[in-house]
Amino acid sequence: MRITPFTKAFFIGFLSISGIFFAQEVEHNIDAAHDSSKDAKKKEIKADIDHHIQDSYSFTFFSDSETGKHYGFSLPVILWDDGLHIFSSSKFHHGETVAESNGNYYKIYHNKVYKTDAKGTISYDEEHHPTNAKPLDFSITKNVVMMFVTGLLMFLLFAGLAKSFKKGPIATGAGRFFEPIVLYIRDDIAKPNIGPKYKKFMPYLLTVFFFIWFLNLFGLTPLGVNVTGNIAVTFALALITFVITQFSGNKNYWKHIFWMPGVPVPMKFILAPIELLGVFIKPFALMIRLYANIMAGHVVLMSIIALVFLVQNWIGSGLSLVLAFFLSIIELLVAALQAYIFTLLSALYFGFAVEEHDHEEAH
Amino acid sequence: MEKLINDFSFGLFFWQILLFVLLMLLLRKYAWKPILQAVNEREEGIKNALAAAEEAKKEMQNVTADSEKLLKEARAEREEMLKEARELKEKIIADSKEQAKIEGDKMIKQAQATIESEKKAAVADIKNQVANLSVEIAEKVIKEQLGNKDKQLKLVEDMLGDIKLN
Repeated sequence: MRITPFTKAFFIGFLSISGIFFAQEVEHNIDAAHDSSKDAKKKEIKADIDHHIQDSYSFTFFSDSETGKHYGFSLPVILWDDGLHIFSSSKFHHGETVAESNGNYYKIYHNKVYKTDAKGTISYDEEHHPTNAKPLDFSITKNVVMMFVTGLLMFLLFAGLAKSFKKGPIATGAGRFFEPIVLYIRDDIAKPNIGPKYKKFMPYLLTVFFFIWFLNLFGLTPLGVNVTGNIAVTFALALITFVITQFSGNKNYWKHIFWMPGVPVPMKFILAPIELLGVFIKPFALMIRLYANIMAGHVVLMSIIALVFLVQNWIGSGLSLVLAFFLSIIELLVAALQAYIFTLLSALYFGFAVEEHDHEEAH
Repeated sequence: MEKLINDFSFGLFFWQILLFVLLMLLLRKYAWKPILQAVNEREEGIKNALAAAEEAKKEMQNVTADSEKLLKEARAEREEMLKEARELKEKIIADSKEQAKIEGDKMIKQAQATIESEKKAAVADIKNQVANLSVEIAEKVIKEQLGNKDKQLKLVEDMLGDIKLN
């Protein structure tokens, strides 16, 4: 499964455009909603979806909009603003109040922490963007908690699997259900795409596959988390793939980028910038693909579930329910598929980087 | 794009990198390496076991072939022995026949010789008797001649009539 840089660039462009398009549409619709009863409901649903797909400073399972009560737990907020500020997110009262820490005041606006005065005033520029200072934010947000949980789960599962191998060649315990997947990643992703040097990439490929897959699955639970549909998360993962690729690149790899063998000299000059661009486009594609797929899945699924409440008649709601059910099943598939694609493409890039033999006829 | 950049949370990015790298290092040490090693060992074991089974099968075939060969040889040997025995038997029979024939011939020859000698003896005896008789006759003739010439002649005639040559 080899993808040429051109088709890939096209694919990425398409994906990123569609991703941005729907993101803007969501925002636009929220702002443009009117105040009639049905519109209010629509607005509420859109706000809910918007809230769901974003990270949060507290872990809220559900909230009652009539009483304004939130059910969940607070998480630590960690800020760096001329010194470390650590306080509980309960101080924000879900964004409604100003939090004070060591003489500084902070307020959440559009899911970001801004430094304010004691009254919590936020000043805006002409484009309605806040001009307040943003402290460096290392808060343990809902997504960070889910990452910790997933990491812990993975460690327990796979350390358990490793331990069970000490007793004999047949794995026991919960980890053994994942043993075939480990073998699949080794035999069908790493070996064919990377070649004989696959061994040193196995820890990354295995970790990234299970990490993405488990987080995708967590995203489908009613916990209401959207970790892999967050651009910062996918950026971090793609960055690691990028760094590993460049650091394992051998002479052959760099030669293929800057001085393509087997083509006339003028072509070499044309190909070099394209290939160099490809080096960055590849991980960029990884980032956008995972982000857009998971994000879109969440938005579509939540929208269809919201339709059940919006339509409010037996046929429409029933149909929406059936649709939501089938979409959930598709999302289950997508959860595994996106993890697989991320792992497969990472393996493919590693394969390009460590490829030894000269394959001039392939170009 | 602006929305994407605006949504980008450096804190989340920081935690993700930190956590992921830590998780990867931990899992590499405590999970992936032992798991892959165990799996490799297991596969190696299976491969060896299969090779050993194949080897054993070949050995078995060899053994079967060997025993088949031995059986064949034994059968051939038996056949050979039987043939030899048959030949021996025939030879013994032929030999004894020969021997018997020689012995018989010898006995016949002896018998013939005995008969010959007996015959000779008998003829000699007869000759003697004839001579004696002749002498007796001659004696008596001479005696009679000396007494009566007629009587002497008659006697010779009678005597000669009495004699039966056997």
